Amino acid sequence: MITQEVVDLSRLQFAATAFYHFLFVPLTLGLSFLLAIMETVYVMTGKEIYRDMTKFWGKLFGINFALGVTTGITMEFQFGTNWAYYSHYVGDIFGAPLAIEGLMAFFLESTFIGLFFFGWNKLSKRRHLLITYLTAIGSNLSAVWILIANGWMQNPVGSQFSYVTMRMEMTSFKDLVFNPAAQAKFVHTVSAGYVTGSMFVLGISAWYMLKSRDIEFAKRSFRIAAAFGFASAMSVIVLGDESGYAVTEHQQTKLAALEGMWKTEPAPASFTLFAIPDDEKRENRAEIKIPYALGLIATRSANTQIPGIDQLEARAAERIKSGIIAVKALEQLRAKTADDATKASFEEHKADLGYGLLLKKYTADVSLATPEMIAQAARNSIPRVAPMFWTFRIMVALGFSFFALFALSFWYSAKNTFQEKRWLLRWALWFIPLPWIASEMGWFVAEYGRQPWTIFGILPTNLSTSTISVNSLYGSLAGFMFFYTGLLVVEMYLMFKYARLGPSSLGTGRYAGEAAPALKSAQ
Amino acid sequence: MLDYETLKIIWWLLVGVLLLGFAVMDGHDMGVGTLLPFVGKNDVERRVVINTVGPHWDGNQVWFITAGGAIFAAWPLVYATAFSGFYWAMLIVLWALFFRPVGFDYRSKVADPRWRSAWDWGLFVGGSVPALIFGVAFGNLLQGVPFHFEDNLMPVYTGTFWGLLNPFALLSGVVSLSMLTFHGANYLMIRTEGAVYTRARKASLIFGTLMLAAFTIAGIWVASDMPGYVITSVVDPGALPNPLDKTVEIQAGAWLDNFAKHPALWAVPGAAFAGGLLALLFAWARKPVLAFIASGIAELGVIGTAGVAMFPFIMPSSSDPRSSLTVWDSVSSHLTLEVMFWAALIFTPIVITYTGWAYRMMAGKVTNAYIETNDHSAY
Ligand code: HDD
Ligand code: HEM
Ligand code: HEM
Repeated sequence: MITQEVVDLSRLQFAATAFYHFLFVPLTLGLSFLLAIMETVYVMTGKEIYRDMTKFWGKLFGINFALGVTTGITMEFQFGTNWAYYSHYVGDIFGAPLAIEGLMAFFLESTFIGLFFFGWNKLSKRRHLLITYLTAIGSNLSAVWILIANGWMQNPVGSQFSYVTMRMEMTSFKDLVFNPAAQAKFVHTVSAGYVTGSMFVLGISAWYMLKSRDIEFAKRSFRIAAAFGFASAMSVIVLGDESGYAVTEHQQTKLAALEGMWKTEPAPASFTLFAIPDDEKRENRAEIKIPYALGLIATRSANTQIPGIDQLEARAAERIKSGIIAVKALEQLRAKTADDATKASFEEHKADLGYGLLLKKYTADVSLATPEMIAQAARNSIPRVAPMFWTFRIMVALGFSFFALFALSFWYSAKNTFQEKRWLLRWALWFIPLPWIASEMGWFVAEYGRQPWTIFGILPTNLSTSTISVNSLYGSLAGFMFFYTGLLVVEMYLMFKYARLGPSSLGTGRYAGEAAPALKSAQ
Repeated sequence: MLDYETLKIIWWLLVGVLLLGFAVMDGHDMGVGTLLPFVGKNDVERRVVINTVGPHWDGNQVWFITAGGAIFAAWPLVYATAFSGFYWAMLIVLWALFFRPVGFDYRSKVADPRWRSAWDWGLFVGGSVPALIFGVAFGNLLQGVPFHFEDNLMPVYTGTFWGLLNPFALLSGVVSLSMLTFHGANYLMIRTEGAVYTRARKASLIFGTLMLAAFTIAGIWVASDMPGYVITSVVDPGALPNPLDKTVEIQAGAWLDNFAKHPALWAVPGAAFAGGLLALLFAWARKPVLAFIASGIAELGVIGTAGVAMFPFIMPSSSDPRSSLTVWDSVSSHLTLEVMFWAALIFTPIVITYTGWAYRMMAGKVTNAYIETNDHSAY
C-alpha cells in the first residue's frame, strides 16, 4: 500500500539527496572552465605561475568532484528505487536523455579528468590543454542532458499517453531536445555554476591577499575570477529572467505562487516587491507593489493578462471534472470492456487525465469524488505561496548582490588597485557560501513550484512512488544522512586544509610557508 | 526505419554489450580494489596498486552508470521493478560505491596511516561488495523473483531482502566476485612489477580457479534441478508491450531449451571455460596482457550464458509468472528504441576510441620510484 507517509518520505529523501548533489555540481561546472582559462594563459604565455594556478585550483576541484560523482550515482539509482511508478510511466521519454547523458557527457568528463590530474608529465602542453577543455565541455554537456530531462518534467512536450502500454510515449525527440523550458533552464543553471566557481576563486584569493601571502598567485587568480564572474553574474540575471518567462508560458500556477498573486489583476499586473503571504487567509499583508512591472517582465507585453490563483483554481476544478471521465474510460479500456463511445470519450478527455488522477489522493474510485474533494484537489493544484515567494526573492536579491560584487572587483582589477581595497577583499571572502544558497533556492522554486505534479499536468507526485514500506524508507533516509554527513565533514576538512595550505601544497618550493625554496625543484 | 521486433532484439544485445563493458572496464578496477589490502603490504605498494587505476577508474565507472541509464531508457519496466524490488540490495551497492571516488581521491591527501588504511578498506568494500551483489542479483533473476503488477502496471515486490540471499544466489555471487577479482589481478600484473606483481599473479591463479569451479557448480545446478520459465501463449514480438498479455509456465529444465534448440549456443558457456582456462595458463606463464584479454572473454561467456539461457526472459516472476518481464514486453516505444539505438551506435565507438587513447597515454608500469617522485600529485 502506498500511504501518504511513503510519498512524503520519498519526497524528503529525493529533495535531501538532490540538494546535496547540487552542493557539488555548480563548483564543478564553474571551476572546470576557470581551469581551462588559466591553462590557456599558461600555454599562451609559457609562465609557470599559470600552470601552478591550474594545478592548485585543480586540486580543490578534485576534492569537490569526488563528491559530485558519489552523490550523482544516488540520483541515477533513485528514480528506480523510490519512484518506480514514475519510472514506468515516463521512462520512455525521461530515460533517454539520462542514458545519452552517460554516453555523451559522463564518459567524456570522467575519462579526461583522470588525464587532467595524471597527464601533466605524459602529455604535451597542447594536448593537456585539450584534455582540460574536454573535461569542462563534458561537465557542461551533462548539464544539458539532465536539464532536458528536468525541463520535460516542467513542460512535457513531444509525448503522448498510450492506454495499451499505460504510460507516456515519445512522439518527437526533437521537441524533447529543443524544449524551450529546458533551454532556459540550461543557460541559467550553468551560469549559476560559473558564478559559483568564480566566487570560490575570488574569495579564497582575497583571503590570501588579506593574509599578505602568495600575492602574485592570488592577484592573478582574483583577476581571472573577477572577469569571468562579472560576465556570469550578468548572464545569470538575464537568463534568470528568461527562465521566468518560460515559467510564465508553461507553468502559470508556479508564477502565481511565487508572485503571491491571489487575484487576477488587470494587465499589466504589478510586481510585489515585499509582502507577508498568508496561505490560510489567502492574502498578502504589508505589501509593497511596483505597478505594471510584473506584467511587463513576465509577458513582455502591456496587455496580456496573468491569471491569479483564484482563476487558476477555477480552471483546475473544470479540468478535474473532465479528468474524472478520462479516468473512468481508461479503466474500461484496461479491462477491455470499452465500447466505441467510451473510446471516443477517452480521446476527448485524455488531456485532462492527469487532473483526474489528482483525485486518487482522496479516493480510490474517482467517480465517487465529492464536490469537496474536487475543490480540495483544485486548491492543492497551486503550490503554497509563502515558501515560493520568499525563496524566489532571496535568489534574486543574491543575484543582484553578486553582480555588484563582481562589477566592483572587475573595475578595481582593471585599475589594478583591488589589493588595497580591504573592504572588497573581505566582502569577497564572506560571500563564498552565498552562490550555493542561491542555487538551492532556485531548485526549490523550480521543484516545489511544480507540485503537486512530478510531470506537470500529467502525473501527480502522489502516484509516482514505489511500493516500498515506510520502514525501508526510514532506513534508507537514515543511511543517506549518515553517509552524507560523514562525507561532507571529510570533504570540508580537506577543502579547508588545502585552501589554507594554498599553492604550497603543490610542493614546488616556490610558495609561502615552504621550508627550503628551490631545493625540492625536482618535482 | 528498423522494425520493432528487430529493435527489441538489438536492445537485448546492447544491454549485454553495456554489461560486458562494465565487467571488463569497471570490473578490473573493482578487482583491483578488492585485492588492494592484500597485494599491497606497505603504503608505497598500496599507492602503486591504486595508481594503476588512478587515472581510469572514473571513466570505467561510467559503464555502470550508462548501463543503468540504458536500462531505464530501453526497459523502463525492468528498471522500475528491479530497482524498487531489490531496494536494499541496490542501496548496499550504492553505499559501497560511495567509498570509491572518495577513497581514490582523498586517501593520499592526508599522511596519517590510520586515515590511509581506513580508505584502503573503503576501496576494498567499494570493489568487492558490488561485485558480489551483482552476481546475487543474477542468481535471483535465474530463479525468478516474487513480484506482480497491479492493473495500472504498478510493480509490487512481495519478497524480502533476506530471500535474495538464498544458496544459489550466493553461489552466483561467488562467480561474479571471483570473476572480477581474477580480471583485476590480471590487470595488476600488466601494470606492476616486483612484489606486487608476484602477489597479483598468485591472486590470479586462485581466483581464476575459484571462478571456474563456482561456474561449473552453478551450471550443474541449473541443468539438474532448477525450474525455468516458458511463455505458453502465442507471442507477437512486434506488438505494443504489455506484460500482462501473456501466460507463462514454470517447467523443470526450461533454461536449457534454447541450447537444445540451437546447439551452436553451447559456444557461449564454452567461451567462459576456454577464456578462464587460457587466462589461468597465461597468468601462470607470465603473459599478463593475454591473460587480461582471456579473462575478458571469460566474462563475455559467463554473462552471455545467463542471458542466452533466459532469453527472452529478463526478470521472471515466481509468484505471478504472467507478470514476468521479457524482451518483448518490457521495452520502450518504437521511437525511443530507435533514437537510443542511434545514440548508442554513434557514441559507443567514440567512447571506446578515446578510452583506448587515454590508456595508451598512461601506459607502462607504475613503480615504487614513480610514487616517491610524485608524492604530491599521485593518488
Ligand atoms: C546542472 C547540472 C546537474 C544536475 C541538475 C544534475 N547533475 Fe549530476 N552531475 C553534474 C551535473 C548535474 C556534473 C557537473 O556533471 C557532475 C557533478 C560533479 C561531477 O562529477 O559531475 C555530476 C555527476 C553525476 C553523476 C556521476 C557521473 C560520473 O561518474 O562522472 C551521476 C550518475 C549523475 N550526476 C546523475 C544525475 C542525476 C540522475 C540527476 C538528476 C536527478 C543529476 N545528476 C542532476
Ligand atoms: C540537483 C538539483 C535539484 C534539486 C536541488 C532538486 C530539488 C528538489 C526538491 C526540493 C524536491 C522536493 C519537492 C517537493 O517534494 O516539494 C524535488 C523533487 C523531485 N525532483 Fe528535483 N531537484 C533537483 C534536480 C532534479 C532534476 C535534475 C530532476 C530530474 C531529472 C529532478 C526530479 C525530481 C523528482 C522526480 C522529484 C520527486 C517528485 C517530486 O516531489 O516532485 N530534480 N527535487
Ligand atoms: C536576478 C536574478 C535571478 C532571477 C530573475 C532568477 C530566476 C529564476 C527562475 C524564474 C527560476 C525558476 C525556473 C523554473 O522554475 O523552471 C530559477 C531557478 C534557478 N535559479 Fe535563478 N534567478 C536569478 C538568480 C540566480 C542566481 C544568482 C543563482 C545562483 C547562483 C540562481 C540559480 C538558480 C538555479 C540553480 C535554479 C534551478 C534550475 C532552473 O530551474 O533553472 N539563480 N531562477
